[in-house]
Amino acid sequence: MTRITLENLAHSYLPNPSKDDDWALKPMDMVWQDGGAYALLGSSGCGKSTLLNIISGLLVPSQGRILFGERDVTALPTLERNIAQVFQFPVVYDTMSVRDNLAFPLKNRGLPADQIAARVAEVAEMIGMSATLDRRARGLTADAKQKISLGRGMVRQDVNAILFDEPLTVIDPHMKWELRTQLKDLHRRFGHTMIYVTHDQTEALTFADQVVVMYDGRVVQAGTPQALFEAPEHTFVGYFIGSPGMNLLEARIEGATAHVAGARITLAQGYGPLDGRTQIGIRPEFLRLGTGDEGLPFTIRRIEDVGHHRIVRGQVDGTEVNVVVPESQPLPADADRVVPDPAHLHVYRDDWRVDPARRERAA
Amino acid sequence: MDKPVNNRAWFLVLPVLALVAFSAILPLMTVVNYSLQDTFGNNQFFWAGLEWFEEVIHSDRIRAALGRQIIFSATILAIEIPLGIFIALNMPKKGVWASFCLVVMALPLLIPWNVVGTIWQVFGRVDIGLLGYTLTKLGVSYNYVNDPVAAWITIIVMDVWHWTSLVALLCYAGLQSIPDAYYQAARIDQASRWKVFRYIELPKMQGVLLIAVLLRFMDSFMIYTEPFVLTGGGPGNATTFLSIDLVKMAVGQFDLGPAAAFSLIYFLVILLISFVFYTVMTKEGEAL
Repeated sequence: MTRITLENLAHSYLPNPSKDDDWALKPMDMVWQDGGAYALLGSSGCGKSTLLNIISGLLVPSQGRILFGERDVTALPTLERNIAQVFQFPVVYDTMSVRDNLAFPLKNRGLPADQIAARVAEVAEMIGMSATLDRRARGLTADAKQKISLGRGMVRQDVNAILFDEPLTVIDPHMKWELRTQLKDLHRRFGHTMIYVTHDQTEALTFADQVVVMYDGRVVQAGTPQALFEAPEHTFVGYFIGSPGMNLLEARIEGATAHVAGARITLAQGYGPLDGRTQIGIRPEFLRLGTGDEGLPFTIRRIEDVGHHRIVRGQVDGTEVNVVVPESQPLPADADRVVPDPAHLHVYRDDWRVDPARRERAA
Repeated sequence: MDKPVNNRAWFLVLPVLALVAFSAILPLMTVVNYSLQDTFGNNQFFWAGLEWFEEVIHSDRIRAALGRQIIFSATILAIEIPLGIFIALNMPKKGVWASFCLVVMALPLLIPWNVVGTIWQVFGRVDIGLLGYTLTKLGVSYNYVNDPVAAWITIIVMDVWHWTSLVALLCYAGLQSIPDAYYQAARIDQASRWKVFRYIELPKMQGVLLIAVLLRFMDSFMIYTEPFVLTGGGPGNATTFLSIDLVKMAVGQFDLGPAAAFSLIYFLVILLISFVFYTVMTKEGEAL
C-alpha cells in the first residue's frame, strides 16, 4: 500500500500530438493518498480509463512520471507494480474452476497453498460464490463472471492499489448495490487504495471519499461529494453531478450584481471585472418559486413528482431551468418567477467558477 | 409453447433430398454396385458378394499403403499444428505488417497442387534444382528419385510448406478474437507467458484447432497430386499412399471391383478417424 503521485502526466494515442485535442489526457498533477477511496467520474471518452491504465502500467504515458511512494514506476511493467485491476467486462479463465480463477493471482505470486486456500475461501464468501467454487467458469452468467473478476481483483492482500474500471456495468441493479457496499466494507477492513472509474454519479458518490471529476481529458475537480455538490468548480461538474444538474444562465456581472434575462440579481459577494463568457450557476435545490417582480421571469412547462420532492421544469428567457420543490411545500399555482438563494449562487467565467476570495483566478 | 405438429412438413425436405440423391447418393451407389459385382465390360455383371472387400482387406499391398498413409498424416499433423500455432502467436496483431504477413501466408494456399508438386520436383533436382544442387554440393547425400528417405523428407517438407499457412491463419483468426482485456487481466494477475498461452490463448483457439486438425487430417489422408507429380509413388512403392494406389488399381490395372471396394473402405476409414478426432478433441476441450 502506498501513495500514488502523478507528476505532469499526459498521454496521447497519436505519435506526434500538437493540438490540444490530440491529447487523450491533458497534463495533470495529482496525488492519490494511501488508503483513499477515490471515484473517477466522467462521461465516456473523457480519459478515465486511459488514466487508470497508465496507473496500472498497461499503458506508458507520453509524458510525466508516476510515483508509488517515492519510487518512480513510470517505466515499470504491470508485473512489478503489484496492482489489481477489474475491467468493465468480465474476464475469467474459462477452463478453470471458480476456485482456480480466484487463486490464479496468488498462485502466480507463489504463495503457499494453505494461505491461498484461506484467502480464496474468504473472497468467495465476500462475493457470495462459496457454493459454486468447484464449478467451471465457462457457462456461468455474466453476473457471476464479473463477480469472479472482482474477486480476483481483491484476492491479493499486498497490492499497492485496486483499480476498478466501471466494474458493475454488467451486474444487475440489486447486486450492484450489494457489491458496492461490500467494496466499501473491504476498503474499511483492509485499507487498500481504491480507484473506481464510473460514469454513474450515484455509484461514485456512494463509494468514494474523494470524487475526481474528469472532463475532456482533464481533472476538473477533485473533492468530497459535498464539495462537488455545493461548489462545482466547472460547469461540467455542476451539470454532471446532481439530478437534475445545475442551472446555468448567461449573465453579465457588475460588482455584486448579475444581469440576467433583463432582471437584476444581487450576489453574495462582489466580483472584479470579468471578461470572456460569464454565466451564473445555481442548483435546482436552491431555487424557489415566487410571484411579482422578485428573482427572474419563469415559465413553467412541466411538473414531475418523484416521490420525496417535485421537479418543476420550465424556462427563463428561453433557457431550461429546473426547480426542486420539497413535497412539504405547496406549489404556488400562479408562480411566474424563480428566486435564487445568493449563498449558493456561483459565477462562472469560460466554464470555470470564479471565486472572489481567490483573486488570482478572478483577475 | 405449443408447437403445431404436422408430419406433412417432411414433404418440404423432398427437393433437398432429390438434389442430394442426384449429386451424392446415386454416384456413391454406383461405386457400391461395382464393389459387389464383377464385370468384363459390355455392361455384363456377375454377382461377387463380399469377395472384393475380403481381397482388399487381406491385400498386403493395400495394408502397406495404409501404413505409409497413417505415418504420413501423423507426421505432418505433428509438425503443422504446433508450427502453425507458433507462427500465429508470433504474427503481428495489426498494422501494415499484419496485412503483409497475411498475404505472404496465404500465398502457398493459392498455388494449384500440381504446381506445388512441380515446384518441389524442380527445386529438389540434384542437377538443376536449387535445393538438391546445394545439398549435393555441401556433401549431403540427397536424391529423392532413388532414395526413399529423401523422397519422404521432400514430400513432408513440401506438405508443411504448402499447408502450415492454413493452420496458422485459422489459429491467427482464433487469436484475433480474444479481447485485449484478457491479456491485460493476465498481466494484472501476473501470469507468465506460458500461462497466458495455456489458459487464455489455447482455450480460445480450441474451436479453430479442431477445424484445422480435421481439415489437415482429411486432406493429408487423401493426398494424391503432389506426391504423384514429385515421385509418382516411388522410389519403388516408398511414397505410394492410398490415393495413388487406388488410382493405379482403378485406372492402371482396371480392377474396377477391388478399386470400388477399396474406395468404400477408404471412405469409411477417413470418416471413422475424423469422428475419433472430433470426439476426442471436443472431450479434451471440455477437460482443458
